[in-house]
Amino acid sequence: MACSATAKIIHNPLLLSSSRSAEKSDSCCKMLGPSSFLGSTSMSKKLVSVNKGASRVSRRSANVVAVSSDVVKEKKLKSSSAASSLLITKEEGLVLYEDMVLGRAFEDMCAQMYYRGKMFGFVHLYNGQEAVSTGFIKLLKKEDCVVSTYRDHVHALSKGVPAREVMSELFGKTTGCCRGQGGSMHMFSKEHNLLGGFAFIGEGIPVATGAAFTSKYKREVLKEDCDEVTLAFFGDGTCNNGQFFECLNMAALWKLPIVFVVENNLWAIGMSHLRATSDPQIWKKGPAFGMPGVHVDGMDVLKVREVANEAIARARRGEGPTLVECETYRFRGHSLADPDELRDPAEKAHYATRDPITALKKYILENNLASEAELKAIEKKIDEVVEDAVEFADESPVPARSQLLENVFADPRGFGIGPDGKYRCEDPKFTEGTAQV
Amino acid sequence: MLGVLRRKVACKANASALEQGIRVAASRAFSSSGKEMTVREALNSALDEEMSADPKVFIMGEEVGEYQGAYKISKGLLEKYGPERVLDTPITEAGFAGIGVGAAYYGLRPVIEFMTFNFSMQAIDHIINSAAKSNYMSAGQISVPIVFRGPNGAAAGVGAQHSQCYAAWYGSCPGLKVLAPYSSEDARGLLKAAIRDPDPVVFLENELLYGESFPVSAEALDSSFCLPIGKAKIEREGKDVTITAFSKMVGYALQAAEILAKDGISAEVINLRSIRPLDRSTINASVRKTNRLVTLEEGFPQHGVGAEICASVLEDSFEYLDAAVERIAGADVPMPYAANLERMAVPQVDDIVRAAKRACYRSSSLAASA
Repeated sequence: MACSATAKIIHNPLLLSSSRSAEKSDSCCKMLGPSSFLGSTSMSKKLVSVNKGASRVSRRSANVVAVSSDVVKEKKLKSSSAASSLLITKEEGLVLYEDMVLGRAFEDMCAQMYYRGKMFGFVHLYNGQEAVSTGFIKLLKKEDCVVSTYRDHVHALSKGVPAREVMSELFGKTTGCCRGQGGSMHMFSKEHNLLGGFAFIGEGIPVATGAAFTSKYKREVLKEDCDEVTLAFFGDGTCNNGQFFECLNMAALWKLPIVFVVENNLWAIGMSHLRATSDPQIWKKGPAFGMPGVHVDGMDVLKVREVANEAIARARRGEGPTLVECETYRFRGHSLADPDELRDPAEKAHYATRDPITALKKYILENNLASEAELKAIEKKIDEVVEDAVEFADESPVPARSQLLENVFADPRGFGIGPDGKYRCEDPKFTEGTAQV
Repeated sequence: MLGVLRRKVACKANASALEQGIRVAASRAFSSSGKEMTVREALNSALDEEMSADPKVFIMGEEVGEYQGAYKISKGLLEKYGPERVLDTPITEAGFAGIGVGAAYYGLRPVIEFMTFNFSMQAIDHIINSAAKSNYMSAGQISVPIVFRGPNGAAAGVGAQHSQCYAAWYGSCPGLKVLAPYSSEDARGLLKAAIRDPDPVVFLENELLYGESFPVSAEALDSSFCLPIGKAKIEREGKDVTITAFSKMVGYALQAAEILAKDGISAEVINLRSIRPLDRSTINASVRKTNRLVTLEEGFPQHGVGAEICASVLEDSFEYLDAAVERIAGADVPMPYAANLERMAVPQVDDIVRAAKRACYRSSSLAASA
C-alpha cells in the first residue's frame, strides 16, 4: 500500500515561513543527499520539504502483524486544515515557551561555566533540540518515566528536576540531584522518575523497556491501577546498535507502554547519519517490528507535541509501543570538547533559522496568545532562575570525604566482613567520618 | 555427626533477622537424620518459595518457561505462576538483561537467567554499568534488587567458548555481590538471600553440581531460611594447611583433604560461598591457625580469585605464613575440547594434594606429620 500522502499538504500555522524554508530545504536536501531521506520517495522534493511536518501516524488495530513499510497513513487533523485553528491554549503555550527557554538558557550557562572551569569532564549540550524534550515530556505525569542518554540536562529539567539540583550536580557538589556522584551524564531522580542518564549509547533503551515492562506487570500481575508510560530518548547513532533492535522486538512482542523517541540530529559526534546507516529513514524500522513508525519535524514543538500526544495515548491505552523519529539539530558540537569542524556551516546556518524557540515565539505572538511583554517577562524569570542555580551551586559544599564509600550498596553489608570478624559497615570509622550506612 | 552452631544469619525478608544458622558437617557420607536434595531441587525450591512469597519476583531468560529451564532449574514454575512471571525471551542477552535492570529500577525483583555465564558477556554492560553502578551514580535513589544467575565455569567437553569461569571478572566490580554456592544448602540459602537482597547479585552456579545430592537439615528446608552474604563456611576443620575453594572445587578439595589425612596432613577446607564480598576474616583466621595456604579455583590464573586471596593474606597475616602461598587454578589456555586435554586444563584432586604437600614441606622445620 503506497503512502497516500502524495499530494496532501496539511496547512499548519507554523509553516508560515515555509516558502522561505522551502528553498533552503531544497538546498539542504541536495546537501544531505537523496531526497528519500526526508520522506517518501513518491513525493517531489518541494512537497517533501513542506510536507515534512505531516504526522503520519498509522492507526493499527491490535491484530495487524505483517506490514509493508508504507503502512503509515495520513492522519486527519481533528482541527481540520484551517489555518486559523490553534493547537494550544495560552497557558500551554507559555508553559512550553518557558520550558524551552529554560533548557536553552541553562545549556548556555553550562557552556560558560565549563570554560570558566567550574564544570569538567564530558558535557553534552542540548541547544537546538529543545522542541523534542518539551514537546514530549510536558505531556507526561509525574509517575511516568523518562530514560535518556548523556545529553540529559534538559530532559531532567523538563521532567521537573530543579535547575539548582542539576547545576550543583554538574559542579560536582553534594547538593546535586545525585549528590555529585553521577555527573553530567548520569542524572537520576527517583522523585521525578528520571531513570538516567547513561553514557553508553543504547544502554538506556533496554532499561526504559524494563520500566515499561514493570508498568505492565503492575497492571496485570500485581493488579494495581497503573497506566504509566515510559519514554526512551536516544539519537540517530544508537539506531544502528543491537540493543535498539532487541528492544523494538520485545516491546512490540509484549506490547509494552513505551515510546521510543529518536532525536535524529544527523550527527553522531563526527559521523554523519547518512554515512553510517544503510537506510537512513529510521521511522521505517518501527513497522519492521510491528509498531507504527512516525517521522516528525523536531524543530517544531507543536508538531512534536501532537505526535507525542498520540503516541503516549496509544501506550496508555495498552496498544503498545511507537517509534517516533524527530528530525532535529544540535547547534553546538557533540560535547564541549568537540571542535565541531566536520559539519557544513551552511547546514548549521539553515537550522539556525529554524530555531524552535523563535518559531514558537512567532506562533504565540502571531496568534495573539500572549504579548511580547509576557514573553520577555518569562525570559527574565528564567535568567534569574539560572543565575540563582549557579549561585546555589557555587556556594554548595563539595562532598565530604566520607561520601566516597556511601551508596555503593543499598545494603552496606556488601562491603563484607572486616578482619575483626564484624561487618565493615558497623565500624563507625569505616568511612572516616559520618557515614550514612 | 551434625554439629550445630548458632550464628547470626541476616535475612532481608521484612527486615527480620533470623537467628539460626546451622552448620552441617561436610562429609556427605553421613546423611543421618536429614533428607537429601540435589542442587537442582534446591534451586528450584528456592525460586518457588521466593516467587510465592513476593509477587514482585519474576524470572526471565531463555527457555525458562515452556522448556522448563535449559537445565531444568525452573521446572514447574511456568505452570504454577503463569507466563507473566516466568518469561521466555528471544535470544537477546543485552536486551533482556537491560529490561531486567529497568524493571528493578522501577520496583520489581527480577531473576535473570543466563543459559551459561559465557553469554552474560553479551549483557555485561548492563550488569556492570546499569546494575552495579546505579546505586552509586544516583546517590542511593535507585537501588537494583536484581539477581543474575546461571551456570558458570567448565562443564564437560563443551569447548572454549562455553567453559569460562567469571568469578574473577564480576568479583572485581564494586556495587556487585557475587555468590558461588557448593552444596544444596548453600544453593538454597544463598539464592534466597540473593533474591531478597536490595543490590545486584551475580549468582554463579555450576552445571556439574546440579545433579549432585547433598544432605539438608530441617532448618534449610524452612521457607524463611537464608544464608548471610559475605560469610564463608569451614567445611572441614584442620590444622596443617588451609585450602580455600568455591563451587565445584570445594568437592575436590574435600576429596584431597581425605587423601592428605591419610598422609598425616590435616587440611582445613574453606568454602568461600561469597566471592564478593570475600570473607577475609575467616580466611585470615584460618591461615593464622594453620600457617599455610593453598587457593583453589577453576578459572584462569592471572588476576583470579586466588590472586586476590593471596594478596589479602599477605596484607593481613604475613608474619603467620610459614610457606609461600600455593595458587591452583585452571590452565592459562582457552579450554580445549579433547577429553584428556580438558582434564589437564582444570585442577584435579591430585594437583591439590601435591600443592598442599608442597606447602607443608617448604618450611625448613618439617611439620608434615600431625
